[in-house]
Amino acid sequence: MTRTVRVGFIPLMDAALLVVAQREGFAEEEGLALDLVRDVSWANLRDKLALGFLDAAHMLAPAAVAASLGLGQLKVPLLAPVALNLNGNAITVSLALQEALAEAATGDLADPVVTAAALKLVVDRRKAAGREQPTFGHVFPFSSHHYQLRAWMRAGGVDPDRDVNLVVLPPPYMARSLASGLIDGFCVGAPWNSLAVAEGHGRILHTGTDIVDPCVEKVLAVRLGLDANEPDTVERLARAVAASAHWAADPVNLAQLSAILAAEDAVGLPATLARAILTGELRTGTGTRVGPHYLRLSPDALPPWPDYADWIMRQMVEAGQLPRIGDSLASARAVFALERYVKATGEILEAGPARPRGIGG
Amino acid sequence: MAPKIGTGQAGHRAAEMERRTRIVIVDQNSVRRAILEEGLREAGHDDIVHLSDTENLLQRVVAVDPDVIVVDLESPSRDVLEQMFQMSRAVPRPVAMFVDQSDTAMIKAAIDAGVSAYVVDGLRKERVKPILDMCVSRFNAFARLKDELEQAKSQLAERKIIDRAKAILMRAKGIGEDEAYGLLRKAAMNEKKKLSEIAQAVVTAAELLK
Repeated sequence: MTRTVRVGFIPLMDAALLVVAQREGFAEEEGLALDLVRDVSWANLRDKLALGFLDAAHMLAPAAVAASLGLGQLKVPLLAPVALNLNGNAITVSLALQEALAEAATGDLADPVVTAAALKLVVDRRKAAGREQPTFGHVFPFSSHHYQLRAWMRAGGVDPDRDVNLVVLPPPYMARSLASGLIDGFCVGAPWNSLAVAEGHGRILHTGTDIVDPCVEKVLAVRLGLDANEPDTVERLARAVAASAHWAADPVNLAQLSAILAAEDAVGLPATLARAILTGELRTGTGTRVGPHYLRLSPDALPPWPDYADWIMRQMVEAGQLPRIGDSLASARAVFALERYVKATGEILEAGPARPRGIGG
Repeated sequence: MAPKIGTGQAGHRAAEMERRTRIVIVDQNSVRRAILEEGLREAGHDDIVHLSDTENLLQRVVAVDPDVIVVDLESPSRDVLEQMFQMSRAVPRPVAMFVDQSDTAMIKAAIDAGVSAYVVDGLRKERVKPILDMCVSRFNAFARLKDELEQAKSQLAERKIIDRAKAILMRAKGIGEDEAYGLLRKAAMNEKKKLSEIAQAVVTAAELLK
């Protein structure tokens, strides 16, 4: 019997596996009719999921933890039976900041420690000249984007709370805010960095993986109650996502995948740009970077490892969002439902998760 | 003998209730915003500030220092407002989402209506609930108005296309209006299609056959 599942998502490249599950019939094969609902804010997805307007949602992993711990908002215990990707972020800066950093840098601009140190010089110079602090945008208080910016800055001696303004800015407004000089840079997920570069407003300075690799990013979240009452439905969802990942990982399907995501009711971007992002070919504005791990949608990105909670909570404490890790760690780890994933997919996980490397690890 | 109003504790409470509730509305839809503002003013709230969705929203909200922020769910800027839950340099007075988080019926009604509210921490439930109720009812009223308008537009468009099809048939076959209408209706019944669909087909065909 077909079970209709309402799944909310934000139009981003890392919603790919949900879109594929619907378009390519993997959800249908599991007896699920996926009703994909596009939304505009992470707050909406959280609240609609909490109140039952959605059965599942594309969600920032840190936001799933925050919701479960009741940080900042409606406390709603969530569960992630499967992750949707790893990585996919980038730090994009204005042309003016790129030039200022290049000028102040002593070393290779590809090195985040070098650029962070250059940022510190820029911060100091602006302060001495009585100018405003640099402002950087990100997507949500509880997001790897926010944490990656902070880790990058700290590596150069920049105090993320005192030396710069870190603000949430909706991705659709980021490129124009960069162009108008309202912000100096931002950290956001694909395709927004590439779009800003394509429009001529920004330069990609670093990928998220330059800061922390691999980095937990989005998960598919459901209410604890759904998992308790309908574990079978949750497992079918996880399997549909896994099947999508296998399909998406096959190079033979790249063109089709690009076309699917290019559609206006999916992510909505030129198919050629989608394809470039999927293959990790990034036009930075000063050249092209090739990194196949820029956005990982492959099957090995899917297991929801409880260890992700450890990294997330460390970031929350550093960001002043949580006084200390303490007893909450167990609840945070419980969000990542590895057992449900293994039961659903029958996968044999030989090794544990890769330990995140980098200055933000 | 009745206690004197305006002195002592009773007076203090009365004075507190007098203090205006500053309400910020973030809604890009100007018609809906006007409907909401009208409702709030009728209820006695005259300290209402409208902030547009775009740049620098957080800074402007902090500068206005509201007691309640009403935001439509279609606004991506909801995530901007989420920063207000934590005190920081930028956000000196933290907010909560609804005064009483256990009031899930209220929250559900609000989400269903397409509106959310952020309330400065500590504001009493009695002051906020009427405001939220008003927001929910006005948002719902707007949604109904919008539906009615869409229905009316669609009916008008359908009538126009049927009129055009009738005119085409009348000219082409030298028949009267009633007969033309009858032909369209018969075709609709035979093909199990809507009258407007058949009419559209006639209009399209006529264009192609010009």
